[in-house]
Amino acid sequence: MSEPSEPRAFKWVGQRIVRPDGADKVTGRAAFGADRRLPGMLHGRVLRSPHAHARILRIDASAARALPGVKAVVVGADLPLPRRESGGGGESPVDYRDLAENVLARDKVLYVGHAVAAVAATSARTAEQALRRIAVAYEPLPPVLDLERGLDPDAPVLHDHLFTHGVEPRPTRPSNVAKRTLLERGDVEAGFAAADAVVEGEFRTETVHQGYIEPHAAVAEPAQDGHLTVWCCTQGPFMVRAHVAKLLGLPIGHVKVIPSEIGGGFGGKTTVYVEPIAAALAQRAGRPVRLVMSREDVFRASGPAPASRIRLRVGARRDGRIVAVDASLAYEAGAFPGSPVEAGAMCLLAPYDVEAFRIEALDVCVNKAKTTAYRAPGAPMAAFAAESLLDELAAKLGLDPLELRLRNAAKKDTRAAYGPRYREIGFLETLEAARAHPHWSAPLGANEGRGVACGFWFNGGQSSSASVALNEDGTLSLVAGTPDIGGSRASLALMCAEELDVDPARIRPVIADTETAGYSDMTGGSRVTFATGMAVIEATRALVRQLRERAAKLLDVPVDEVVWKEGAAQPAGGTGRILALEELARDALRTGGPLVGQASLTARGVGPAFATHLVDVSVDPDTGKVDVVRYTAIQDAGKAIHPSYVEGQMQGGVVQGIGWALNEEYVFDAKGQLANPGFLDYRMPVALDVPMIDTVIVEVPNPRHPHGVRGVGEVPIVPPIAAIANAIHAATGLRLRHAPFSPPRVLEALLTRTSGLARAAR
Amino acid sequence: MSARRLAVEARVNGDPVEFLCDPEQTLLEALRDELGLTGTKEGCGTGDCGACSVLLDGALVCSCLVLAAEAEGREVRTVEGLAPRENGGDRSLGVLQRKFLEHAALQCGICTPGFLVAADALLARNADPSESEVRYGISGNLCRCTGYDKIVRAVLDAAVELRRAKAGGGA
Repeated sequence: MSEPSEPRAFKWVGQRIVRPDGADKVTGRAAFGADRRLPGMLHGRVLRSPHAHARILRIDASAARALPGVKAVVVGADLPLPRRESGGGGESPVDYRDLAENVLARDKVLYVGHAVAAVAATSARTAEQALRRIAVAYEPLPPVLDLERGLDPDAPVLHDHLFTHGVEPRPTRPSNVAKRTLLERGDVEAGFAAADAVVEGEFRTETVHQGYIEPHAAVAEPAQDGHLTVWCCTQGPFMVRAHVAKLLGLPIGHVKVIPSEIGGGFGGKTTVYVEPIAAALAQRAGRPVRLVMSREDVFRASGPAPASRIRLRVGARRDGRIVAVDASLAYEAGAFPGSPVEAGAMCLLAPYDVEAFRIEALDVCVNKAKTTAYRAPGAPMAAFAAESLLDELAAKLGLDPLELRLRNAAKKDTRAAYGPRYREIGFLETLEAARAHPHWSAPLGANEGRGVACGFWFNGGQSSSASVALNEDGTLSLVAGTPDIGGSRASLALMCAEELDVDPARIRPVIADTETAGYSDMTGGSRVTFATGMAVIEATRALVRQLRERAAKLLDVPVDEVVWKEGAAQPAGGTGRILALEELARDALRTGGPLVGQASLTARGVGPAFATHLVDVSVDPDTGKVDVVRYTAIQDAGKAIHPSYVEGQMQGGVVQGIGWALNEEYVFDAKGQLANPGFLDYRMPVALDVPMIDTVIVEVPNPRHPHGVRGVGEVPIVPPIAAIANAIHAATGLRLRHAPFSPPRVLEALLTRTSGLARAAR
Repeated sequence: MSARRLAVEARVNGDPVEFLCDPEQTLLEALRDELGLTGTKEGCGTGDCGACSVLLDGALVCSCLVLAAEAEGREVRTVEGLAPRENGGDRSLGVLQRKFLEHAALQCGICTPGFLVAADALLARNADPSESEVRYGISGNLCRCTGYDKIVRAVLDAAVELRRAKAGGGA
C-alpha cells in the first residue's frame, strides 16, 4: 500500500507538460464515439415514447421487418429480463431489472423519449423509414411530473413493486418515494432552544443536463463465435462490459469494450443507453451496427441531474457557532429509483463542525428520464441551501460571512456529519486564502454585489490497474483502463516519470480496452488521478524494483547496494558503476527477460476536497439579467500533478455552475414533453457569458496518497449556485431561493418588491 | 425509389475531391461518411454548438447546416487542414494548434476542431483581437469542459505570435 507522503520536492510532478494525446486532439485524428467505421456496418435507430407515462399494449414491427434493407429489429421483450439484483459494482450499483427496462421499455413507458424499439438497416434513411412502420399501441396513464406530485400519496404510482425503503413499519401501499434516509446526531431540539438566531428556508432547483458536447455513440461488432466487441464513448469500459453482458445474457469474457476518446461526460456517461441496443441489433443482424444518439435524444433520454426541493433550518449562538440543523431534502430520481439525494444529505454540512442535526433524504420517482450522475452528484443543490442560509445567519448575527464560516469550519479530527473523522483537510486554508485574496476587498460598481460560498466533495477511491512496460530502447508504455476525459494521460505520465526519474516525454500513456487493461472502475468521482495514479505509482515502483534487481545481478552485488536515481541504477555508496535505463532496457531480454511493472489495487485513503468561491455579479434592474463580472475559485487539490488541468477542472466546473445558477433548466409542458431539447433553448454558457475564471490552488497533501493527491474534478461545481445567490442578495437585497436566477425570475422578484414597497408607501 | 445521388467536385484542404451524396445529405455527413474526414464533429446537428465548424471559401460555417451539394466547385477547409503542409514531410502543428496545447485549452477535445477553425477564421479577419472580440468570435462554439478561460488565452497568445511572425517576416 501507499506509504505516508512527507512534504517532498517533486521534479516532474507539477510541471505543465503538453499532454501526450495533444497532437491527435488538435488535428482531428483522435477517434471519438461516432468516428468508427467498419466494413458492412449497419445504421441503428431507436423508436422512443411520445408519452410520459403509458402502458404498452402491443408492438407490431412486422412492417418494419419487411422493409428491404432492414436487417434487425429489437424490442424489450426480445432481451432476457434480468433478476432484480444489484450489480455493476462501484459507487453507484444498479438494479439490473431497472437498467434493462430503462434501456428498452417492457410493459410501460415512463418518460417521453423512453426507448421502445430499435432497428438496424443498410442506410440511416431506411432505418428511419422502418421506425415509422413500427406500430405501438399505448394506453396513456396520468403522469407524475414534479416532486410535489411524486410525494403525494394519492398520485399515480410508477412502479407497483416499489414500497418506500427506510420507513418502519414497512408501508402497505406502493409509493413513488423509493427511499427515505435519515442522518441524525445529537439533540436537535435542545440545540435550537439554545440558539440565539435561527434562519430557515425552502430552496428549489430544476432539472439540468450535464451538457457534454458528444452525444452517446456505440459501434457493436459481432463475431461468429458469439463474442461481441463494443466501441463506445464511456466513462467506464468495464461498466459497459458488465452491463452489456448482463442485459444480453452473455458471459463477461464474451464482451470486449474498446473505449473511444470521450467527448465529455461529467457523470452522464456512467451508465449504458445505446451500447446494449447496438449489441443486440448486431447479434441479430450478424453485422456491425452503429448507434448514435441525436442531441434531442440526449436531452430527452440521457442524464439529467435532478430537480430538488430542500427545506432547511439552522440555529446558531451569538458567536456564530452552529448548534442545530434540521433539513429535509427531496430529489427527483426520474423514472427509476436512484437520485443522488443521499450524497446531497451527506454533503449538506460536510464543510462544518455541527453537533446536532437531523437530515432527511427522499428519493422520488417521477415521469422524467432516469437521473444520472452530474459532477459532485447531489451536492450543488445542498450547498445552495446551506450556504444561502449561512449568509443570512451571518447578516443576522452581524458577522462577516467568511468569519462565520471560519468559526464553524471542519478541520483535522472534526467528525463529519456523514460519519468519519477527517484527517488532514484543507478547508480552513481555502477560507484563509479567500480572505487574503485581493478579490475579497476589491471595490464594487453600481448594481454589483459580492458573494462567497463553500463546497465539499468526498472524492473517489475504488479499483484501478496499471502497467508500465520498458521498451528495448528505454522508452516506456504505460497502460491504464480509465478513460482520459480531461488530460489524465498527462498526469499519469507525470507520476510515472516522477517515480522513474525520467523525462515524461519518454512515456507513452495508453487507455486500453477491457481485454488489455486490468480491471478498472469508472472515470468519475474525481478518482482517476488519485486511484489510477496510485496504481501507476505502484506499477512504476515495481518496475524500479525489477531494474534494481537486474542491475544488482549484472554488477554481482546485493540489491540493497543499488539505488534508483536520475533514471539509472546507481551504487548506494556513491562510487561504482552506473547502469542507465537505456542499457538495462537494451540488454533486458538477454539478462533475465522483459521488464514490466504492474499494479492492481482498490485504493484506500481518499482525501476529500473543499472549495471556497468568490463571485461578483451585476444585476440589471430593468431586465433582471445577472452577469458574472468576476470569479475566483479557491480549492485544496492535495497536490496538483498537472496544474493547468487542475485549473481547467476548476474553471470548467465553475462555468457549469454558473449555467446552473443563471440559465439552465428543463422546461416541461403539462404532459411531460420537454420543450427545450436543444442547445438553442437549453442555453449553456458561451464564451461571451463569462469572464476569466481566476483560480487559486491550495495544496494540503493527502497523507495517504504517495504524491499527496486528493482529486479535483467534482467540487468546483458545488459552490457557484450559492455564491451567485449570495452575490445577487448583496447587489439587490433579494434572497432568491429558486434556481436558475434567470431574467424572468429575477425581474419578477424585483417587481414584486417594488410593488410591495409602493403598497407600503400608500 | 430513392433519389439519384449527386456527384460533387470540390477542394478539401487544398486537394481536389469527388464524392457522391444524397440530395439531403449535409456537408458534415459528406465529410465524415463519404470522405472519411471525421475530425469535424457533430454535437447537435442544428447549428447550435459549432463542433462541425469548417471554412467554406474562407467563410466560417456550421457544416451541419450546409448541404453537401453546395460544396460543388468550392474550397472547404477542415481541422485536418490546419497544420502547415508546405514542407511536405514536416509534421509541425499550426500556431493555434500549438497554443491550444501549451495553454491546456482543451480537456475532452470534442469541441476543439470547431474552436480551432473558428479561431482561425477570427484571426484571418482580425489579427489583433481584444479579449471581448475573441469571446465574440468563438461564441458560436460550445465547450462544456474548460469554462473558455484557457481557450481565450490560447487564441490571444496565438494572435501575438502570428503578428510577431508577420512583422519578422516583413523585416
